[in-house]
Amino acid sequence: MALADKDRIFTNLYGAQSWGLEAARKRGNWDGTAGIIAKGRDWVIEEMKNSGLRGRGGAGFPTGMKWSFMPKQSDGRPSYLVVNCDESEPGTCKDRDIARHDPHTLIEGCLLAGFGMGAHAGYIYIRGEFYNEGVTLQAAIDEAYEAGLLGKNAAGSGWDFDLYLHRGAGAYICGEETALIESLEGKKGMPRLKPPFPAAVGLYGCPTTVNNVETIAVVPEILRRGATWFSSFGRPKNSGTKLFCIQGHVNKPCNVEEEMSIPMRELIERHAGGVRGGWDNLLCVIPGGSSTPLLPKAICDDVLMDFDALREHKSGLGTAAVIVMDKSTDLIKAIARLAAFYKHESCGQCTPCREGMGWQARLMNRMVEGNAEIEEIDLLENVTRRIEGHTICALADGGVWPVQGLIRHFRPMMEDRIRQYKARSLPMAAE
Amino acid sequence: MSKHHHHHEEPVSFAFDAESEAQIATILKRYPEGKQASAVIPLLYVVQKQMKRQTDSGWVPRVGMDAVAERLEMPPIRVYEVATFYFMFNTKPVGKYHLQVCGTTPCWLRGSDEVLRACQDHAGVKHYGETSEDGMFTMTEVECLGACVNAPILQVDDDFYEDLDYDRTVKLLEALRRGERPAPGSSIGRLNSAPEGGPLVLTDVPGAGE
Repeated sequence: MALADKDRIFTNLYGAQSWGLEAARKRGNWDGTAGIIAKGRDWVIEEMKNSGLRGRGGAGFPTGMKWSFMPKQSDGRPSYLVVNCDESEPGTCKDRDIARHDPHTLIEGCLLAGFGMGAHAGYIYIRGEFYNEGVTLQAAIDEAYEAGLLGKNAAGSGWDFDLYLHRGAGAYICGEETALIESLEGKKGMPRLKPPFPAAVGLYGCPTTVNNVETIAVVPEILRRGATWFSSFGRPKNSGTKLFCIQGHVNKPCNVEEEMSIPMRELIERHAGGVRGGWDNLLCVIPGGSSTPLLPKAICDDVLMDFDALREHKSGLGTAAVIVMDKSTDLIKAIARLAAFYKHESCGQCTPCREGMGWQARLMNRMVEGNAEIEEIDLLENVTRRIEGHTICALADGGVWPVQGLIRHFRPMMEDRIRQYKARSLPMAAE
Repeated sequence: MSKHHHHHEEPVSFAFDAESEAQIATILKRYPEGKQASAVIPLLYVVQKQMKRQTDSGWVPRVGMDAVAERLEMPPIRVYEVATFYFMFNTKPVGKYHLQVCGTTPCWLRGSDEVLRACQDHAGVKHYGETSEDGMFTMTEVECLGACVNAPILQVDDDFYEDLDYDRTVKLLEALRRGERPAPGSSIGRLNSAPEGGPLVLTDVPGAGE
């Protein structure tokens, strides 16, 4: 049973209607916002906790709990909400749709989240490439100010809340929350050591919570319809509805909002027209954006799309960007290109990442050719383990996981490639 | 770095024009008192856009970085760091159209090699980083643009052209050469990120069909 339209939060996901305020109100945005705020900060946080919402940016941390880390009383410093619209994880293109088609869902969410964490100001950090999306989002913010939904006594709630849009300039690393904060402060996007965590020392040295766009944009509907409504979707601890980006070798790539824990096969076949050439033509799927290790067809046959089910298979839901690869794929090359991505995007701060991403990419390029020794597969695996967990941020972890996934499930393919290369270049060596 | 074919002329001075000044005034209001360094990326964009208006090439010369440093009361090195760390600032001149080919795996799976080949065949650029002889096109490889369900993507300046193949990329390049600017978005008439053929969901929402 697919999710019904009445239970979809992103009712203008495809931009079939106007993104503007009047149309957004007809779709239910900004309905009773002041009344929600009147229920108080503790109620908002409790409701968010009860909804079971886990962060939609990739890590899946419980949202209500994250907000509860913000100070209850100010020590004189302001608190900030920072919304991460740096959407750059390869495969991921959901926040783009929210920014350009459902911006008022996001803006209302910013006000409610800001209230919930005691922030009177918020910044939305949008990736530089989303120029046109940023123009729309800024126009929606302007419209909200004119309508009294932002600024002093926002939406008649008694809560003052200012919201600003800040555009980045092409750096994947700025999706990491502390790199994002550095960037917003006008510096290179290099992650900070934690602790202190942003809830204690964040933007401008003030308490800050960084949340993903989708996380914030689902807040108004959760608070309007109730935690129980949201948690009725998906399995326990994997609650809610979720935007999926289904792409690669499917007949009809698309974004869609679905129920969490939907079987992967159903998701692909119901919404994206199925795998090119049929399900049996499937080679593997990267289930949650480039950092999540691929899963071979045998697992894809019945795996559920949620945090826990994918983790059981040593992968993850990540950003729910479902990258489908059929049997025609040069899989080693597909993963080598991801290795090149992480090499390009390493900020260079930590040695294991700066040197390791380049080393990994070079060896992967040789693996594409087969110009390697079989033992180098073990060396590659070994080196990824030495990189993983030894850097300030998770970029390098995400950079080695795709390669680990390849070795875990497709090692024979890599060995064949090496043998073929040897057979071509040393025809006499077999004797 | 120092090879002569990479050499370009740096202008000797840069001053914000009236249009830029108006943008700067709006930008600076977003950040708290004393935190104007936050505006460094926005102001570098202001420089790049002004260069585009004035020279038809959107890039950030050294003197532009200095103007940003002066305005934001930052040491110039802090601005140079930012201008070179972030990929979207062009630190040397680019052509009239900046062709940014996404080559990351989601686009590659959908045929980004064909987009690249079309650019090589019809834009007068063979390699990434090159500008065509006529100054019309610069081609850059970019990493995932975040529009993957509409892959492959070619970003031209600020606009995404989506669902491309070889022939549609050629048509786009020819239009640009004629001075036309086709509407960005799907090149096969898809409704944004909805599946080809039309949405299968969101047919029963308030306002649908109006």
